Amino acid sequence: MRNGRIGLGLAALATAGALVLTGCTAGGGEQGSSGGSGVITANGSEPQNPLIPTNTNEVGGGKILDAIFAGLVYYEADGSPVNDMAESIETEDNQTFTITIAEGHEFTNGEPVDADSFINAWQYGALLSNGQLNSYFFEDIQGFSYETDSPLTGLAKVDDYTFTVTLNAPRSDFPLRLGYSAFYPLPDVAFEDMTAFGENPIGNGPYMLSGEGAWQHDVKIDLATNPDYTGGREPQNDGLSIVFYATQDAAYADLLAGNLDVLDAIPDANFGTFESDLGDRAVNQPAAVFQSFTIPSVAEGWADPSAFEHFLGEEGKLRRQALSMAIDREQITDVIFEGTRTPASDFTSPTIDGWTDSLEGAEVLQFDADEAKRLWAEADAISPWSGTFQITYNADGGHQAWVDAVANSIKNTLGIDASGNPLPTFAESRSAIVDKTLTTAGFRTGWQADYPGLFNFLGPLYATNASSNDGGYSNPEFDALINEGAVTTDADAANELYQQAQEILLEDLPAIPLWYANVTGGYGEGVDNVEFDWHSVPLYYEITKS
Amino acid sequence: MRSDLSTGRASDAPHYVSDFADEAVVQIDSVKLDERRSNLWIDAWRDLRRRPVFWVSGVLILFITVVALFPGLFTSVDPRFCDIAKSNAGPEAGHVLGYTRQGCDVYARIVTGTGTSLSVGLIVVLLTSVLGILFGSLAGYYGGVVDAVLSRAGDIFFSIPYILAAVVIMSVLSAHRNIFVISLAIGLFAWPSTARVMRAEVMRVKNADFVMASIALGLSRFRILLRHVLPNAIAPVIVISTISLAAAITAEATLSFLGVGLPNSIMSWGNDISQAQATLRTEPMPLIWPSLALIVTVLSFILMGEALRNALDPRARARR
Amino acid sequence: MLYYLVRRILQAIPVLIGTTFLIYFMVFAMPGNPILGLFGDRAPNPALLERLEEQYQFNQPFIVQYLNYLGNVLQGNFGLSFSGQSVNEILARTFPVTLQLAAIAIVIEIVVALALGLISGLRPGGIVDYFSLGFSLLLISMPIFVLCFIAQFFFAVQLGWFSPTVGANTSIGNMLLPGIVLALFVIATPIRLARTSVMETSRSDFVRTAYSKGLSRRRVVPVHILRNSLIPVTTQFGSDFGLLIVGATVTEGIFNVPGVGNTLYQAIIRGERPTVVSFVTVMVLIYLIVNIVIDLLYAALDPRIRYAK
Repeated sequence: MRNGRIGLGLAALATAGALVLTGCTAGGGEQGSSGGSGVITANGSEPQNPLIPTNTNEVGGGKILDAIFAGLVYYEADGSPVNDMAESIETEDNQTFTITIAEGHEFTNGEPVDADSFINAWQYGALLSNGQLNSYFFEDIQGFSYETDSPLTGLAKVDDYTFTVTLNAPRSDFPLRLGYSAFYPLPDVAFEDMTAFGENPIGNGPYMLSGEGAWQHDVKIDLATNPDYTGGREPQNDGLSIVFYATQDAAYADLLAGNLDVLDAIPDANFGTFESDLGDRAVNQPAAVFQSFTIPSVAEGWADPSAFEHFLGEEGKLRRQALSMAIDREQITDVIFEGTRTPASDFTSPTIDGWTDSLEGAEVLQFDADEAKRLWAEADAISPWSGTFQITYNADGGHQAWVDAVANSIKNTLGIDASGNPLPTFAESRSAIVDKTLTTAGFRTGWQADYPGLFNFLGPLYATNASSNDGGYSNPEFDALINEGAVTTDADAANELYQQAQEILLEDLPAIPLWYANVTGGYGEGVDNVEFDWHSVPLYYEITKS
Repeated sequence: MRSDLSTGRASDAPHYVSDFADEAVVQIDSVKLDERRSNLWIDAWRDLRRRPVFWVSGVLILFITVVALFPGLFTSVDPRFCDIAKSNAGPEAGHVLGYTRQGCDVYARIVTGTGTSLSVGLIVVLLTSVLGILFGSLAGYYGGVVDAVLSRAGDIFFSIPYILAAVVIMSVLSAHRNIFVISLAIGLFAWPSTARVMRAEVMRVKNADFVMASIALGLSRFRILLRHVLPNAIAPVIVISTISLAAAITAEATLSFLGVGLPNSIMSWGNDISQAQATLRTEPMPLIWPSLALIVTVLSFILMGEALRNALDPRARARR
Repeated sequence: MLYYLVRRILQAIPVLIGTTFLIYFMVFAMPGNPILGLFGDRAPNPALLERLEEQYQFNQPFIVQYLNYLGNVLQGNFGLSFSGQSVNEILARTFPVTLQLAAIAIVIEIVVALALGLISGLRPGGIVDYFSLGFSLLLISMPIFVLCFIAQFFFAVQLGWFSPTVGANTSIGNMLLPGIVLALFVIATPIRLARTSVMETSRSDFVRTAYSKGLSRRRVVPVHILRNSLIPVTTQFGSDFGLLIVGATVTEGIFNVPGVGNTLYQAIIRGERPTVVSFVTVMVLIYLIVNIVIDLLYAALDPRIRYAK
């Protein structure tokens, strides 16, 4: 046996950290490209899929797509949508939308950006046999099917620059979704050979690939400004070089050494020091990432229903509340995360319009040892507790420290045995949940918003049979409220309904909210105007470099 | 040269020279017969017990073993009680080494983790040494087809990425994550490099003059391997094994980190080290203490290995 | 000699088949469905899942998948990664980088380990002996992560002697720091091995004979002692070289070296069968070649060792 053989396996460990949920990043500059010119070097990670908008669902590729494509709308830093390619998006009933595209926009190969560019791209993305990872974005459009190859009959071309979208049901936040990369247009040339296109994508955004082979796999991608782009995101710099880092530690070292201009993820090991290392060039602000753990609400269907026997009905409700109040979120975010997480006061995120920290019943998210003990004892009166409370998590995501801290907090407050249950890979932990083979009562859950709306945090996660409702929660009252919210045109009125829906969640606790992840980042001395948006990504086009 | 003479002198006081010499000759003869039969190992022990290094490392190892077997003698603090309010706090009364990031007592965790870390280290070293010596010496000694089969089998095992092997083994046996299984996961794919060093040494030693002499004397080949080749080729394996002990102890930490380690309830130094990495720049002490325990343990075994190796080498003995 | 070489090369065939089979099986046996991992925290619709499983052949029985893979490899096609890239290209891109890094590390390892081992072995109990014992102890008790972090922070960021990361610039100068770290990480064993061998050799009859013939120390040490002590250390260097290629994951990650270690780790975690198996296959080939070279070196170091026929 060799010293190295074994120790080197440590490889992954710390560095694999945030890979999955946030799509791990790192960026740094290599000396050559940052020198002198106004090209910004930023951290990134090797895209995990070809650069096709409907097939990219992780941050590494998403960051590049957002730079080289322009959708109908783009998001301001606060998440409010602004027309990009669209001239107008109109609807009477929130079910049929008439979309007019501004004339004069072009792809970098000279093709015009018109109604067909969008219709064809969406049809491609939705078709089952194309196997696109983002196809669910089209599920609300008429004609969509998961089971068979079926065209989106809800898309109709009116003229070269106008088309209509008909949904299966009214969705007032549909226009808000259109800034997500799945809705980007594609030029005709893409459909000739999608694989080749994914390697050398031709877009219509503020930046473009600086030439054939601009994407050096595992190393970097060089983007030049697109002179033909006339939308609202006009680059204030001469280009963007996104350097791929295997770990955030590497990117951080490059930032400190002056080889990297902008970094959008601080490695865990530097949470305690980055603000002193970087001074006012450090960024630490709430982001649209919600973290929680979930205890399934129904035992049926799971391979081992006995794991949840104490979490059903009235007893379960009491125990969920007791667990939630047994966790000292303030202290854990303070100590384990060094203030880079914000204790949750609801199920969404403070960066989203309509968020509030004063929901009725939100005190269940406050640490209260006495109340927690009382609730737990009340539940024990229904059926006495036995065994260990465990939270399953994926060990490749850097979750161990907080899971252990949460378990200790529960253990110390309630006097029961509690611990984490790591599974080696993200794929395995997802399989345990999706295939329902989980053997512990709790499992880690998290959500990063696709588009900046409250509905995106609620509908997909807690509506009956929704795609990410891993715990099988079902409450008709909740369903009714969010459905009503989805069809309400007035944003404030809709948010009011979503908040009422959340108050139900606070009582049932289908997931136990923990905290909102902050975006942590920093930038170098040579750059200015660095602003991080609601989605944790810097607005690269705004950055200036002296 | 031998102390046996003293027995003869003590038995009868008023002696004449002739008597004395008579008895002594008999004694010396018989001792020599004994010595031939006992060969290497008794000589080694006689040599060993004269070396201070042996005693120092022996006492240390004994002490570590006692800690491993009876951690309760050394601490009464519950290592499983962790209060995050005490995160990374410094030493205080009753908690001499301070607290970990999760707010657990560093000293109590080190004491309680000794058993796990020591067992994993020793089992892995035993596994890799036994497999390595067996396969390596057979391959090196017999050569030809035996060498081809054993060495190529080693190549296959060696080239399997460690993480993959560990994840698969520990997942398949996830219901039985104990010290033995984890040692198996660590050791099963690590023996080929020990085997290769063993093989190389055996290939070198088997051509030495004393082996040729034994062959000329008509000893059986296998007997020569056991009696003459192995003892003279074992030194590098002892060296590798003592260092592997450290590697195995830290490897256990790696497995925990990858989510395929021992259950949380079983404490170990490696686990503490890997968890303390997160605050290396701001709070290095929770990492340094278990590392020190590891260093002292490995040092004791390295010194013991050194003494053992010297004792087993007849040329080194001759010099003393 | 030629016969021996041919025989060794032919032995590579069963080893390759055995390794690919074993690795393919292990990746197959890894719990969890890799396709589910692609979807993040959102469970895909069953029909889409099935569609993708078909695309990546995950719905086939193990033996069919393996034979398909093997058939493609025999035609020189190592398959596709989840990102749609040809694994051939990934191999061609990453292996040269990692081989260079491993070469830098192994050269440093050889020079330092032999120097420290030789001096310690010639003067056991001397100052260098104690220094190298302390040095080795420190290194073996330090996890690689800590070693990388310290080296990067102090020598690259604080002192600016090195570039903190490698990235696109894979020149020797830029890879020196990760090379040193890797060398340090594996160096304890060869130092101790060299020391032991030198001590043993110094006591042997032929060394005493050499001295008694009146040969100078300057001649005895390199020609008689060092050469005869090299066999175990050389073996160790061979294993280390193989190890550094496939196992430098942490170091490559922290120093951002676009090499084998990180790509392979990601592929393992994500369950990308063709990528994992192909990497290991190339790795075995390299390892087999290194072993042949080392076996031939034995004969050069010790003329008594001969490869028959």
